[in-house]
Amino acid sequence: MAELKLSGIVKNFGAVRVLHGIDLAVQNGEMIVIVGASGCGKSTLLRIVAGLERATGGTVLIDDRDVTALEPAARDIAMVFQNYALYPHMRVFDNMAYGLRIRGLAKDDIKRRVQEAADLLGLSALLDRRPRELSGGQRQRVAMGRAIVREPKLFLFDEPLSNLDAKLRVAMRAEIKRLQRRLGVTSLFVTHDQVEAMTLGDRLVVMHEGRAAQIASPMEIFERPADTYVAGFIGSPAMNFLPATITEDGKGARLSDGNIIALPPGQFAAQPGQKVTLGIRPEHISLPGPLRLTTDLIEPLGSESVVHGRLASGETMALRLPGAPPSATVLEIAPRAEHLHVFDAETGKRLPPPA
Amino acid sequence: MQRKAIFNNKLLPYLLLAPQLAITFAFFFWPAGEAVWYSFIRQDAFGISTQFVWFENFTDLFADPLYHQVILNTVIFSVAVTVLAMGFALGLAVLADRHIRGKDGYRTLLIWPYAVAPAVAAILYIFLFHPDIGLIGRALKAAGVAWNYTLNGNQAMLVVVLAAAWKQVSYNFLFFLAGLQSIPRSVLEAAAIDGASPLHRFRTVIFPLLSPTTFFLLVINITYAFFDTFGIIDALTKGGPGNATQTLIYRAYIDGRVNLDIGSSSAQSVVLMIAVMALTLVQFRFIERKVHY
Repeated sequence: MAELKLSGIVKNFGAVRVLHGIDLAVQNGEMIVIVGASGCGKSTLLRIVAGLERATGGTVLIDDRDVTALEPAARDIAMVFQNYALYPHMRVFDNMAYGLRIRGLAKDDIKRRVQEAADLLGLSALLDRRPRELSGGQRQRVAMGRAIVREPKLFLFDEPLSNLDAKLRVAMRAEIKRLQRRLGVTSLFVTHDQVEAMTLGDRLVVMHEGRAAQIASPMEIFERPADTYVAGFIGSPAMNFLPATITEDGKGARLSDGNIIALPPGQFAAQPGQKVTLGIRPEHISLPGPLRLTTDLIEPLGSESVVHGRLASGETMALRLPGAPPSATVLEIAPRAEHLHVFDAETGKRLPPPA
Repeated sequence: MQRKAIFNNKLLPYLLLAPQLAITFAFFFWPAGEAVWYSFIRQDAFGISTQFVWFENFTDLFADPLYHQVILNTVIFSVAVTVLAMGFALGLAVLADRHIRGKDGYRTLLIWPYAVAPAVAAILYIFLFHPDIGLIGRALKAAGVAWNYTLNGNQAMLVVVLAAAWKQVSYNFLFFLAGLQSIPRSVLEAAAIDGASPLHRFRTVIFPLLSPTTFFLLVINITYAFFDTFGIIDALTKGGPGNATQTLIYRAYIDGRVNLDIGSSSAQSVVLMIAVMALTLVQFRFIERKVHY
């Protein structure tokens, strides 16, 4: 258990800068999920915390100790890899005991700790197997077990669920969450899957092109995304974006087809005439309303339907409607003002609340 | 899809196989059969009369102290060449596996010796170790070492071992490098995070995972040292000084081609053939199954 503090982490690969100064403070026992599309630098950040990559600049503090220049072994961390990285020539028991033996623990202690971890993860019957005799889910568990027995200060997870099939992934996700709560170990979890991120994290770090676009709790990120990237990344189907201009009185936004959408009062500091991007999630659109949507694809999901279509002004939109799919090909829709998001059209940043 | 060719003519398949069979017969079975036949026969010095002597060639051979010496030479030579060539290649492969600048050039250069003919390799080693014209040889003499491998049997053995091992390093290097590269990087990273020092990682993770490669190379190298080093020995020392660098294969050549003792040479060939068969058996039994995890 420990606190982790990153400040100004910069990483260059040759002439390419992949991390542009990441700051992050992780509380004791907190589960932080780093989420982003591939190539955003999330794995590199994790590997810098692990000590597998050297940061070009910035510092990594674990419990106020500067570990930036230390080898992975000296950091007292454990990592679960995407491909599990089990030692293929060792039995499950030896895989889990490897780190303990290096630390010179007594044989009885090793046996007890491995047994405890194996019981916790339901691996007791498999201790004499070799990794290739295990299923994907079992290997995943052994990798977790290897991390747990070490009782490290920090757990690092590098997309540990991506190699599992969909059903197992959901089960393991819940298991990891339960385990992390129970052990209370400070954890960093890297994933590209937004559902994993939302369900696992106490807080999320949404990364975009080497920068932390937003660091906040899952609900905060969902309800108040910091910019259009975060808004579009979290939520499925993705948020709809409509270009608009703030009206002269500053209380509404005019769409390209002339329709005016009222802004929620007192939430955004918008200047009259400012170019903005309106964001509205598919589930926050109701019928009937002033906008005409021509549907071109309907996905019935049972309890609700996802409708894809095109506005008269040309923008595509998706909306989620409860119940059976509508039969009309033209829907008259209205974004619900209280759920409207307003971003600056140029910077993509969310407009701040009025001073 | 029909993949199997169908021959209506019963003779055609045999006709198509005939060239390969003829070559195998003419260059392997026939001479091998002759060797077995001659190993039971003794000729007088002028080749006028021959006599069937059963196993006398073999009993004479194994009673000969010189042959014992040759067996010992072969064992020393083979073990030294194998250990040296594999050890050195493994070290180089570990270094080349790291992310270092210019590693491609480095690798290419390491592969070159494999393309050098045995005789050329021997010439290179003469230029290095000859007491009068060799770079290292002269340096050793200048440093006060009584260096002359043409007179000192141990030194001669050392030079042929070095030359033979040097030639095999490239081959071993290629296989070790491929073996190292097939070890997932994340496994090594996991070991590093588990707290293993580089040396401990090598001992407990890398080396065990290389064991199939190592075993394969062990058999290949012993076979090489036994049978494929004739050229190097012939060009460097001709088995001398005395009989210090005579190996089994070299002795068979001396007795057959130089001493014209066909019976003994054939008996030695048969002994070698049995040795090859034994090695092949080992190879099939273990490599096919693979020493594995």
